[in-house]
Amino acid sequence: MHRFANPAQFNRLADVILPWAIGAMVLLFGAGLYYAFWASPPDYQQGESVRVMYIHVPAAWLAMFTYMVTAAASFTALVWRHPLALLAGKAAAPAGAVFTALALLTGMLWGKPMWGTFWVWDGRLTSVLVLFFLYLGYMALWQAIDDEEKAGRAASILALVGVVNIPIIKFSVDWWSTLHQPASVIRLDGPTIDGSMLTPLLLMAGAYQAYFVVVFLWRMKLEINRRKLSVARQAMMHAPVGAE
Amino acid sequence: MAGLQTRKKQRLVVVSLAVTTLVGASLLVLLALGGDSLSLFLQPSDIKDRQVETGQHFRLGGLVETGSFSRLDDGLTYRFAVTDCLATQPVEFTGLLPDLFREGQGVVTEGELNSSGVFIASTVLAKHDENYRPPGTMPKAEGQCSHPNDQAAAASYTGG
Repeated sequence: MHRFANPAQFNRLADVILPWAIGAMVLLFGAGLYYAFWASPPDYQQGESVRVMYIHVPAAWLAMFTYMVTAAASFTALVWRHPLALLAGKAAAPAGAVFTALALLTGMLWGKPMWGTFWVWDGRLTSVLVLFFLYLGYMALWQAIDDEEKAGRAASILALVGVVNIPIIKFSVDWWSTLHQPASVIRLDGPTIDGSMLTPLLLMAGAYQAYFVVVFLWRMKLEINRRKLSVARQAMMHAPVGAE
Repeated sequence: MAGLQTRKKQRLVVVSLAVTTLVGASLLVLLALGGDSLSLFLQPSDIKDRQVETGQHFRLGGLVETGSFSRLDDGLTYRFAVTDCLATQPVEFTGLLPDLFREGQGVVTEGELNSSGVFIASTVLAKHDENYRPPGTMPKAEGQCSHPNDQAAAASYTGG
């Protein structure tokens, strides 16, 4: 634990993981997109529109996964005051916001021809929109407060409060009547999605996951270097005249 | 150093407790108070239970009953029945039906009951179910009745 809390150690570890993560991302996106758009059948009801699902569902999964990463980082930052944990949340959140926006947009584009509407205020759609706002709020708090330590703490508290939204998103389709369909993959009695469609879905989910790792590590490295730079700059500013 | 460790332990307890309490309390409030008001639509059997009045605007959802679909003589108005397997509600709708509208599939309609007890819909949305499969294969569970309060339907549903 403490080994990874050291920025230099973290940078070295990230440099080892990154090439593998990039390789996995390229391979999985290649295979996933090939299956999603060419090597999988149309749906018996939706026809070709089912292919939106291969973009939409992994985006929604990763939106929730990334939120849990942000929340876990926030928890660690609040309890153990690890500066790296604070940066981890800051590094993850924008990726999560993008996943959420992608899920919302692809859902709307699918909804218009299939449901007959872009949007309804049902439990699932509304709670995912709230997730998007939570990400925006988290990022805004980081920007709004000048003192990084205080900004990080305020944002972390918001991230932890927002955790309640995650089970609401997951179970909204079971607790309340919604226009959004219930879960097809993660359900007690097994997937209700044909194997020929589950393959591209899982490949795409793996691709998104690898993409997240790449972006997350890159942003962590960026934040660490940015911080090093500002420390060095301050040291220079406060150095006595002629000390160079 | 010992003082620092206790402070960390204290923070761990406080933050953990705060998060658990907050999440637990919010979920309990939602489940206890929000159940019905957070639902998007009523099902046909709810209409009698809730004593919905004529002219009251609400959303009605369920499966389009197989064999109930017809077009009225004016050529523009569709007539079908929405069922949740406990009750069936006749619906009339004038307009364009969405692509996924089919007998045996879910719909969510919006409108009001007229004096003869027919639901006059102003909007009809198709509700897609959780089944994804290629054409010509057998579904895991198709057109099965499901009602949140109906244990029998829920059992047959998971058994499918």
